[in-house]
Amino acid sequence: MKRLLQRLLGRLPIGWLQLTHNPMRFAAALIGVAFANVLVFVQLGIMTSMGTATLRPYTFFAADVMISAADANALTDGGNVARQWLLQALADPDVVDGMGLFIGNVPWDRGDADISLTTFGVDPARPDLVAPVIASDLSLLEVQDAAIIDRLARGMKRDETAAIRPQSPLSFESQGRTLTAYSTFAGGGGFGGDGYMMVSDQTFLALFPARRSTAPDHILLRLRPGADVAAVVPRLRNLVSDPTLRIRSYADAAQEELTYQQTKRPTGIIFGFGVLIGVLVGLVIIHQVLSTDVADHLREYATFKAMGYGQRFFIGIVLEEALILGILGFLPGFAVGATILTVMGKVTTLPLAVTPSMGITVFAGTVIFSALSGIIATRRLAAADPADLF
Amino acid sequence: METGPIVAIQAVNHWFGQGSARKQALHDITLTLGRGSFTVLMGPSGSGKTTLLTLIGCLRAVQDGTLRLMGQDLHGANDTTLVAMRRKLGFIFQAHNLHESLTAEQNVMMGAQVHPSVTDDHAGHAARHLLGFVGLADRVDYLPANLSGGQKQRVAIARALVGNPALLLADEPTAALDKDSASDMVDLVRRIGASRGMTTLLVTHDNRILDRADRILTLQDGRIVADQARTIR
Ligand SMILES: Nc1ncnc2c1ncn2[C@@H]1O[C@H](COP(=O)(O)OP(=O)(O)OP(=O)(O)O)[C@@H](O)[C@H]1O
Ligand SMILES: [Mg+2]
Repeated sequence: MKRLLQRLLGRLPIGWLQLTHNPMRFAAALIGVAFANVLVFVQLGIMTSMGTATLRPYTFFAADVMISAADANALTDGGNVARQWLLQALADPDVVDGMGLFIGNVPWDRGDADISLTTFGVDPARPDLVAPVIASDLSLLEVQDAAIIDRLARGMKRDETAAIRPQSPLSFESQGRTLTAYSTFAGGGGFGGDGYMMVSDQTFLALFPARRSTAPDHILLRLRPGADVAAVVPRLRNLVSDPTLRIRSYADAAQEELTYQQTKRPTGIIFGFGVLIGVLVGLVIIHQVLSTDVADHLREYATFKAMGYGQRFFIGIVLEEALILGILGFLPGFAVGATILTVMGKVTTLPLAVTPSMGITVFAGTVIFSALSGIIATRRLAAADPADLF
Repeated sequence: METGPIVAIQAVNHWFGQGSARKQALHDITLTLGRGSFTVLMGPSGSGKTTLLTLIGCLRAVQDGTLRLMGQDLHGANDTTLVAMRRKLGFIFQAHNLHESLTAEQNVMMGAQVHPSVTDDHAGHAARHLLGFVGLADRVDYLPANLSGGQKQRVAIARALVGNPALLLADEPTAALDKDSASDMVDLVRRIGASRGMTTLLVTHDNRILDRADRILTLQDGRIVADQARTIR
């Protein structure tokens, strides 16, 4: 390490020698930085998984435009939309297809674990409005009380769901009805529910007698290939006479829900705040270690100043120390953070993991914030006055 | 090779403090130091010895008068010039001021590496050579904590000399040493200085050192009150 740094710096690696001179303090500093990294990794992992989980249900459908109620901040939030707007929207020449989407939570008492499936009621005759993997099975839903269920749902046994085929369906009781799953798709547990289920709109209305076929939760529209969504949306706005409705491109709707979940909902804010705390903890630890180190070596630095070393040299030492702490602290932080997220992911079946981009972001952040706190710590160097040495 | 005195001081005054607390530490100092000389600066405590040394050593700004160091006027010189000038000087302090995390060799290397042209290998080589010269060949890899006071002061001498300074400034370098170590040290500095044509200005209260000097300057209340040339036996 010493040789490597000496090569890199073209001088004695004074920062390294200084840090390692006091192994206890060095170890404590590294643990501190690693701890801050773990904090950031875990919070960021949860935030990222919240994003993944938020966007996941959007991947089940293949829409270009979504019409929702004014208060529908999330797919599963807000009031209904009158079905008549679907007919009006279809009058636009670029709108080629559309359907009402019904959403409700269906409990499933599985004895050992009661789970709740976010259930979508869709039109089984509209395969072009659902994702291709589901579209091929959509006709199975034509049968009353048929379902396609989430094989990655929390509380479901993997071998049990793997066996579900049209020839070997799985039946279960819910809301006083017997539902039969003929096929599966890949979803997964999220923050709001344990998994997902697709049924026909008819089955949905049977499960939720209070709901009306004329009032779905959202309206999904499919545009002519090559149509410009940005141009269609304002046209639909004029066409649909209820000004309170939210008419957005499907992609915008997903993105707006993500922003809403991460910045407006307490959970998102708490995890975002956790990242901030992690960054601050790291910043404070490195700054504390470095400024103590500078203060402890003022005489030596003053001596170097007297010998003719300039400000750049001292900033170089402090930055060298900052980067050593940042980089060496990151490694265990990454290892522990990744382990915690993997274990948490296993336990919660949330999509928790350290992604490469997360690793790179945290590493870059660690290096930048280390350097930053190093630069702040160099302010103390001014106190090293060589005239005081005599 | 430059000629002329290495230090030429003309009517230098120096004050500390502001307003009513302002106090004059040096009065009208005029002095030249010839190349290769070994000069001892004496005087009671508070007479201004250290102040004069820090002015010559580019560690304080000259307030009044002219101070030429190797031909360069220090009055009003900017920081960059002062830092560059310091690289041509060697300093020995009363305390050794070695860096606790660096070995003897690394401490001495720091004196050489201040010159950007000096490579690592060259600095290491020069450091070991000088440590051998001050009798510490077998201590190059020791940390300061594992050296005696006299050994540490010898490392400090090696560090001051490794950059081949034209002028060595030392402020009571023997104060922390016993009698034998003190005279050994002064002999060492004299010997190296003589062999390299280095000028030495050394502040001391130590009478044992006086008979090693070419010239003895005495300061009192910020004025030079005696300037004796001596012939060495
Ligand atoms: N940084 C300073 N601020 C204010 N006054 C100072 C400062 N340094 C020195 N002085 C004053 O200047 C005068 C000369 O001090 P100087 O340190 O040069 O004396 P000295 O001859 O080196 O003394 P000693 O033998 O005790 O080291 C003293 O009266 C001292 O109080
Ligand atoms: Mg003094």
